[in-house]
Amino acid sequence: MATVTEAPPLAPAPEGKPPRRRGRWTPYLLLLPGLLWLVVFFALPVIYQASTSVQTGSLEEGYEVTWHFATYWDALSEYWPQFVRSVLYAASATVLCLLLGYPLAYLIAFRAGRWRNLIMILVIAPFFTSFLIRTLAWKTILADGGPVVGALDALHVLDVTAWLGWTAGDRVLATPLAVVCGLTYNFLPFMVLPLYTSLERIDPRLHEAANDLYARPSTTFRKVTFPLSMPGVVSGTLLTFIPATGDYVNADLLGSTDTRMVGNVIQSQFLRILDYPTAAALSFILMAAILIMVTLYIRKSGTEDLV
Amino acid sequence: MAFVNWLKRHLVVIAGLLTLGYLLLPNVVVTVFSFNNPKGRFNYEWQEFSTEAWRDPCGVSGLCGSLTLSLQIALWAMLGATLLGTMIAFALVRYRFRARSAVNSLIFLPMAMPEVVMAASLLTLFLNMGAQLGFWTILIAHIMFCLSFVVVAVKARVMSMDPRLEQAAQDLYAGPFQTFVRVTLPIAAPGIAAGALLAFALSFDDFIITNFNAGSTVTFPMFVWGSAQRGTPVQINVIGTAMFVIAVLLVLVSMAVGRRRNRQKA
Repeated sequence: MATVTEAPPLAPAPEGKPPRRRGRWTPYLLLLPGLLWLVVFFALPVIYQASTSVQTGSLEEGYEVTWHFATYWDALSEYWPQFVRSVLYAASATVLCLLLGYPLAYLIAFRAGRWRNLIMILVIAPFFTSFLIRTLAWKTILADGGPVVGALDALHVLDVTAWLGWTAGDRVLATPLAVVCGLTYNFLPFMVLPLYTSLERIDPRLHEAANDLYARPSTTFRKVTFPLSMPGVVSGTLLTFIPATGDYVNADLLGSTDTRMVGNVIQSQFLRILDYPTAAALSFILMAAILIMVTLYIRKSGTEDLV
Repeated sequence: MAFVNWLKRHLVVIAGLLTLGYLLLPNVVVTVFSFNNPKGRFNYEWQEFSTEAWRDPCGVSGLCGSLTLSLQIALWAMLGATLLGTMIAFALVRYRFRARSAVNSLIFLPMAMPEVVMAASLLTLFLNMGAQLGFWTILIAHIMFCLSFVVVAVKARVMSMDPRLEQAAQDLYAGPFQTFVRVTLPIAAPGIAAGALLAFALSFDDFIITNFNAGSTVTFPMFVWGSAQRGTPVQINVIGTAMFVIAVLLVLVSMAVGRRRNRQKA
């Protein structure tokens, strides 16, 4: 993004402790209103939800905490296909985002030259058209008998995807492929931007050095560029995977009842069926599953200073 | 062979541009279909060219009301989140205090949690409190999830700021208030502006959290959602196209102004 006002170049700030200010209470006073907001409307609700998930009762007679943990078991045994599907769809979308987003981020960082700002604008600007409108546009793009489906059919791609169970017959809409396509599209910018940030930080002299040492472009990429872009890869995959797992908009607009994800179940339990304990249990399981997966992933990728 | 070599050399550029095309394709479709004259309730198939929807964007009942409501909520959410978030960012960068890491994780968690979980848990809180769902519950929720993004944006800017500039101001007998208004705030301004813009865009476009906590109140994304089930008026594509065009124009103008200012300085 272009910054309108650029501050004058500054000398590097001295290392060490920030300057001492008057008043020991100033930081707490600055923090208080915002943190209170987060505690009351973010942390407290999670506790309320935990308590709701072990309640029994009905809407008419009211709910009571009965430590009824069986709700968790019932929810898991009934909706495990939706959980598995959510993780599979989100993981496929994340991998696709990485494969598609990397060249674009690379292009902006190293090859765009004077077009860099324009391409950057074109990556960010679609955000301003409501994502629901853009997701609905995919209904037109993937329409039955439309040009995209026609081309895929002519190339016999649909035969392969149908064999794999990604599509059904000669249609793409209302199949897993359409949902994954929508998820990939919706979260692609969240992959491109962190990738670009970490690629841009790479000193171009490292590329020259690799070149001087007779490394082929592919070797340079494998041994220099990609390892140095790992922080971007990690934060990009997290920013794509987490929201994609909980998403229910793509599965609802582009999918069918066979592509329902756990988000769809939580949404309908909460807003249509009004079975609050089951809904709360499902949402709690989703949260726990994501926290565990993310912790393991961050451990494994060895970059714990993401925040 | 020459072609293969050319392809090899420009592989990254071609792949990158194809991805860019994938990102922009829906916007092209939205623009084209804003000039459609659909026969049925849904605007998914091309029928014939018409500028009718552009001449009367508010012609569908409820659409412009929901748009106004979304703009209002986004504006208040932006103000609230920017104020609270900037204060937190300054406290985190400028002061050493106990529980800093606990505060940091409380800020990080809302960004690392799927929206549907936050939406559902907030709804259980509101239901337990017996709160009336509507404008205020939406605003509370939006300030909550925008807050962390503002903190991150402002923190990045304040962190790269030289604290000696403020010391210099104090050496020149500026009071704490004067130092803050004349030195600190102008330098932090781009970060605060970026955070505010992000909060506005996030709030304006949010569907999942609003869907849970809006009751019967209809924001613009909820209007679009409802129309996806009942029938999509062409006017939705008109609003979508207009938003895209306005965003691109604003960025281009701000870039031009920035370039001119830089040239005047030089």
